Amino acid sequence: MTQTAQATNEHPMAEWLRMDRMPHIWCSTCGIGIVVTCFTEALKKSGIDPNTVAIVSGIGCTGRIAGYIRLDSFHTTHGRAIPFATGLKLGNPRLKVVVMSGDGDLVAIGGNHLIHAARRNMDITVICVNNFTYAMTGGQVGPTTPTTAYASTTPYGNYENPFNLPRLAASSGAVYVARWTALHLRRLTKSIGEALHKKGFSFIEVVTPCSTLYARKNRLGSGLDLMRFYHDSSEIEHHAELEKINIEFQKKIVVGKFVDEERPTFIDGYNARMKEVFGDKFKEYGEENGQN
Amino acid sequence: MKFWRTPLDVDKLVVPHGEVHIIWERCKGCGFCVEYCPRDVLELSEEFNSKGYHPPKVVNADRCVSCNLCESICPEFAIYCVNTTQPEGGKTDGTD
Repeated sequence: MTQTAQATNEHPMAEWLRMDRMPHIWCSTCGIGIVVTCFTEALKKSGIDPNTVAIVSGIGCTGRIAGYIRLDSFHTTHGRAIPFATGLKLGNPRLKVVVMSGDGDLVAIGGNHLIHAARRNMDITVICVNNFTYAMTGGQVGPTTPTTAYASTTPYGNYENPFNLPRLAASSGAVYVARWTALHLRRLTKSIGEALHKKGFSFIEVVTPCSTLYARKNRLGSGLDLMRFYHDSSEIEHHAELEKINIEFQKKIVVGKFVDEERPTFIDGYNARMKEVFGDKFKEYGEENGQN
Repeated sequence: MKFWRTPLDVDKLVVPHGEVHIIWERCKGCGFCVEYCPRDVLELSEEFNSKGYHPPKVVNADRCVSCNLCESICPEFAIYCVNTTQPEGGKTDGTD
């Protein structure tokens, strides 16, 4: 048996994490750590200089990622990860800005920011970790909690309709939309790599297990049981019809890459319009012209 | 190594071998690595770590093929695999 109790710094992830903050606060069987591993793996493979990558996250369990990952990162106020990322991108277009946050932060409190950043096609990558509940504050019902699921604020089961996140992002104008679960390690890594190279607003939903609140309130067992459930019930269907991929309580989860298209980004649109109006007098916004 | 059909270049194939390292005190005993190890290298141990979890232990060290799945799936960054493939030693005859 090989045990290296002392050699905690030898882990290959050590150079990507702020090791003084380890162990992290995420519960046993939480899937957020897997998303962090997949992201760093994708970043390593992408060939992008880590010095030009900035991580922005909001509040919540997933919001902690900004504090653990050893890249330029910012932990913003609740729901405001995307506005901060937008500012960061416009202030320094050379940066690769990645927003990693939870479902409550991105689509409830920050819902408007998400749809408008997608509408404008801001050149940022959004990774939304969906655990179907507000996990950090005690398991309240959230915008993605499936109908009939129990939460601490719906003791008789949820009676609201949840968001279908890929459909929301795609209809708002995102150019890259995918959904994976925490079990699809390789596919998620590949998808994050594609999203990092995508010019425009890319959105990846990652369904992760929350054993402490979502699984406990719904008597679904541990996070390991949820992983087994994802194994049995997720179905890969690329470019599926987005109206039909709503997540229902303990029913089939359709995963895959749903949208991958090209559209001018916010900065492209600004440059094109201003060029049209001012002609040669206009100096293009972007890294070639000093905004770097 | 078991193949569903014997590859034609079986005499040239070198099966990789890995050594699994477990960071005992950081583990939270979720069991993902034990469940999803495709070669059944790991097993949850009986002992507790100081946080009160049962970290995994290596029971079939010889079977590890350094696929790094345990490293990718560990949410705690508490397990990793080092490739220790010997260039000559790992040849396979097509049976397990």
